[in-house]
Amino acid sequence: MARLHLRTNEAPIRTRPLMATFIIFIGIFAILFGIAASIVTGVANISFSTVWNSVFAYDSNNEHHVIIQSLRMPRALAGALVGAAFAVSGAIMQGMTRNPIADTGLLGINAGAGFVLVLVFAFIPSMPFEYIILFSFIGAGLGAGLVYGIAYFARGGLTPLRLVLAGAVVGSLVTGVSQALSLLFQINYDLAFWSAGGISTAEWFQVSVMMPWIIVGLIAAMVLSRSITILSLGEEVAAGLGQRTKLIKGIGAVVVMILTGASVSTVGGVGFIGLIVPHIVRFLVGVDYRWIIPCSAVLGGVLVICADIGAKIIAMPYETPLGSIIAVLGVPFFLYLARKERREL
Amino acid sequence: MRPEIFNQERRSRSIKLIILLGVLVLFGLVISMNTGRYSMPPSEVLQTLFGQGSKKQNIVLFDMRLPRIIISVLIGAGLAISGAVLQGISRNGLSDPGILGINSGAGLAVLLFVSFYPTTSVAPPFLMPFLALIGAGLTAVIIYVLSYKKNDGISPTRLLLTGIAVGAGMSAISIILTLQLNPSNFEFVVTWQMGSLWGSNWKFVGALLPWIVILLPYVYWKSRVMNILSTNEQIAGSLGLSINRERLVLMAAAVGLAASSVATGGSIGFVGLLGPHIARRMVGPQHQYMLPITAMVGALLVLAGDTIGRSIMEYTEVPAGVVISLLGGPYFIYLLMRSKV
Repeated sequence: MARLHLRTNEAPIRTRPLMATFIIFIGIFAILFGIAASIVTGVANISFSTVWNSVFAYDSNNEHHVIIQSLRMPRALAGALVGAAFAVSGAIMQGMTRNPIADTGLLGINAGAGFVLVLVFAFIPSMPFEYIILFSFIGAGLGAGLVYGIAYFARGGLTPLRLVLAGAVVGSLVTGVSQALSLLFQINYDLAFWSAGGISTAEWFQVSVMMPWIIVGLIAAMVLSRSITILSLGEEVAAGLGQRTKLIKGIGAVVVMILTGASVSTVGGVGFIGLIVPHIVRFLVGVDYRWIIPCSAVLGGVLVICADIGAKIIAMPYETPLGSIIAVLGVPFFLYLARKERREL
Repeated sequence: MRPEIFNQERRSRSIKLIILLGVLVLFGLVISMNTGRYSMPPSEVLQTLFGQGSKKQNIVLFDMRLPRIIISVLIGAGLAISGAVLQGISRNGLSDPGILGINSGAGLAVLLFVSFYPTTSVAPPFLMPFLALIGAGLTAVIIYVLSYKKNDGISPTRLLLTGIAVGAGMSAISIILTLQLNPSNFEFVVTWQMGSLWGSNWKFVGALLPWIVILLPYVYWKSRVMNILSTNEQIAGSLGLSINRERLVLMAAAVGLAASSVATGGSIGFVGLLGPHIARRMVGPQHQYMLPITAMVGALLVLAGDTIGRSIMEYTEVPAGVVISLLGGPYFIYLLMRSKV
């Protein structure tokens, strides 16, 4: 921290490294516990000891072992990864744009990725997941580019309200096209379930394809974190400190694209994680992104694992869409932010 | 105040435009009557209209196409006027029943009904507008309360953000309900949500008509009040207008129009935004001139959207709502880039 004794006009940078370390430790335990809890819960009743045995004494004739290994484990792991990815995407965007209501769902990035996936479902239904995920990156980039482009070229620039409105319209436009396509290709139900968001279909091979991307994205975010802290002080300050702001923003955008694209291709359009988690983290650990990013990753993972357990048990034996559960948590939070609006909002 | 001579110019201009738009609507009606899976050239349409048609032609025209056409005209006018009122009272050009989440509230109410009475896949037409009205009204109240702040009242920014948030919440709940429906209800609800003008028979015309016939003239009668409300609150107050009451009553009218339209047509977005904007470009912001044009532009939009949707693909219909959002989205983006928000 010693080198970062920069001052904005009013307040020195507050950070609480102790708190942050604490959160990371507790968070990792919570994730491990959550994964275990997630593996145990479900329609088939399974005990902890069976889970233990399935790992260390796997028996392919035991139905429960098979369920654990092939369905529940990848699902729990995918939840943790996706939660971390969405939360870190939100944190990066909020830091880089100094926009308090940046979130991949609100800003049309999920919609962009989803749209490209609908195109893939419709026209090349046999495409392997390794390639689908690449298309998802492109879609996320298109969505982000469109929304930021609209807001950027608008009179008066990038206000948060304008970004959100642009996100809403790009979202509904893209949904319109997707719906027309889904009627034509009769992928209505797939589309509805996809747009609701859910991890129930995650399998090992999907996890193995998306995991490297998300891990690379998270590491890149950590490497960038110091630069994001500086950017979050304002573009002039950052440029004054000799930062190449355009380069940093470009890399940041690519990282967001990878994290969001990989997540959306696995679980569909889950919004609000990137909105909620970084705000809570900032409140707890202060404004240094070297702490915000790892803490967001951990808490994002915890949030999605918990919400996914909820998705399994709320209307057992039916799956409740994960995206809806998180939206029900996220909307009040969004309302709170909208009320708290200050001059910049 | 503008000199009277400008107003006269404006009046004659708006009368000319009304006639022009009227001709366009009639033209649209004729085209729409000709299009569909069963092709009918204009001469046959005319014959059938004057009672000379075959049995099949009669069924296609009178039982299927005509009610649907009338409904699209009514819905278009209703949604567009609803948008004009919301824009006027919130002094925000980007307001629209869809963006403010009122449509999704109406939709949720209808969805709740379908979920809990799953056997009646087509609910009684007179009940639907009332359910939708309750849903839309509650949503409007929620949005109003949540965006109200002591000392500050309702800021347009907060209203829009709150509307987007509440709309997101409503659709989250809707998705949960939708996925638990049985397949036939699921299809119904999904196409309904896309704005498919599903209720296309005379009963629905009868259910929708009273709302439009009462509320449109009422709003028009209030045009001077809206002129004042949309300019400046201080002026409105000093002219002795009880702003809050007028605003509330007008908002109720807007909700009624949006809800009855959404109940019959499904959630059709952007009409409430586009109608008033196009009208304002043609005759300026004074409501007595702008409102009739708004209604006609809205009617034309939905009529065109439905007709295009019916003829664009061979095997299946594209819901009017989808067509309109594809046309309306880019226009909204254009407005967003020009507005000062």
